Amino acid sequence: MRWVLKPWVFVVCLLPLGIMVWQGLHDGLGANPIEELTHRTGDWTLRLLLITLAVTPLRQTLGWTQLMRLRRMLGLYAFFYATLHFTIYLWLDQFFDWGEIAADIVKRPYITVGFAAFVLLIPLAATSTQGMMRRLRRHWVRLHRAVYVIAILGVLHFWWLVKADVREPAVYAALLTLLLGYRLLRARRGRAPAARLAPYPQASTRNP
Amino acid sequence: MLIRTRRPTDIKPSEITDEALYRQRRRFLKTAAVAGAGVVLGPGCGLSAEDDRGEKLPNVVKGPYGIDEDPTPYKSVTTYNNFYELGTGKRDPSRNAHRLKPRPWSVAVEGECARPGVFALEDFIRPHPLEERIYRLRCVEAWSMVIPWVGFALADVLKRFEPTGNAKYVEFVTLYDPKMLPGQRRRVLDWPYTEGLRMDEAMHPLAILAVGLYGGVLPNQNGAPLRLVVPWKYGFKSIKSIVTIRFVKDRPATAWNTAAPDEYGFYSNVNPQVDHPRWSQRRERRIGELRKRKTLMFNGYAHEVASLYAGMDLRRDF
Repeated sequence: MRWVLKPWVFVVCLLPLGIMVWQGLHDGLGANPIEELTHRTGDWTLRLLLITLAVTPLRQTLGWTQLMRLRRMLGLYAFFYATLHFTIYLWLDQFFDWGEIAADIVKRPYITVGFAAFVLLIPLAATSTQGMMRRLRRHWVRLHRAVYVIAILGVLHFWWLVKADVREPAVYAALLTLLLGYRLLRARRGRAPAARLAPYPQASTRNP
Repeated sequence: MLIRTRRPTDIKPSEITDEALYRQRRRFLKTAAVAGAGVVLGPGCGLSAEDDRGEKLPNVVKGPYGIDEDPTPYKSVTTYNNFYELGTGKRDPSRNAHRLKPRPWSVAVEGECARPGVFALEDFIRPHPLEERIYRLRCVEAWSMVIPWVGFALADVLKRFEPTGNAKYVEFVTLYDPKMLPGQRRRVLDWPYTEGLRMDEAMHPLAILAVGLYGGVLPNQNGAPLRLVVPWKYGFKSIKSIVTIRFVKDRPATAWNTAAPDEYGFYSNVNPQVDHPRWSQRRERRIGELRKRKTLMFNGYAHEVASLYAGMDLRRDF
């Protein structure tokens, strides 16, 4: 079971991209395909970020220790879709018009926070290897706490983009509040914060 | 014109070719024609078999102000819409369009005028010959289309009701009916949707009321049965599914301006120099094109309308 899970999740995480490519080749992305691709890659970045952030709470509350083996991959997939999202913006949307892009980043708050979230994701992706974990040790844990800030910026990015109907970003905000609130509550109860984001999955008696 | 009684010589419904079959034939003809002509004519010249949906409107004549830019495909014009009353996603309005019943329909004309009244849609439209007006449509979200509207000059309509000297503005109101317009069940905006024009803007010959597009009856998702089209302003000024036209003394409240006054002004003239706080208005994506194009002052109608705003600070009165 445990060797099946990881490749299976790997393939499932590629499905959204597969669907986009297939629809793109078959006129299935609607009247404004660039906007559609931008929105969908953005959606999947946020979803995967939230799923990644759900791993630890699910392990702790339901004992799903197997999930820990997936956390890195899920996080890297979030980065993968964020990179697609950003590339589509730079290339298809702006056609590398750097003046316009710089103006967007400085003047448009929703782009400012989205860009910040993407930049912050880069060091996390770069230090996701076992080797980096070993080398950075305690610092790794501290560094990867940035994911909380990234998720907040990501949801804000979506919220500020929407004109009037905030239902969808509100769902992401609610889920994120739940995931971060859980961590806050647990920290208040006096658990060592490092244990929550340990680089090595803890051995568990539930899973011999 | 729109209500028809059947005469014995009329074609019975059973004799009418099934639409799917008709389309199939048209597609075959189109493919054959394009295959033959495509080599010579190149892209953009294909015959548009997809473009003749909706009941054809009779006696449409070519109106003034035509532009020679390629019209946006019918499919895009009718499946990529902002009509929050039918849903806030771009594809929602076409999916929910069946809920709106544009017949029977009546239009109330009220306020500062000599001949107010409530009119059946057919009576409201009858005096006006139908014209085709091919206009650019520029959305505040920085995308644009070219749409062959069918309609008539708003000025001709307004004059019929003899506005008084007190009429400084015209206010328009969309139908409020959460059954037909289910988006109104949630207060995304302050329903019903309202819009307004200064009297001289409303009287400008470019401003029209549309009852159709691509030669056919206006699809519901595009604001059936009667909508405003003001091509030099951002799309949201062109209010859909109108039930009330009111002559007023004071500037009326308008839907998006009420929702976010710092983002959407009363005038909302297309202006590449004044950015929306959340996005640049310098360029736009024409639906169907890959690269963005430069946005034109007053959406390319500066020659016709710039004088309306002479002496105004368009940065303040955006």
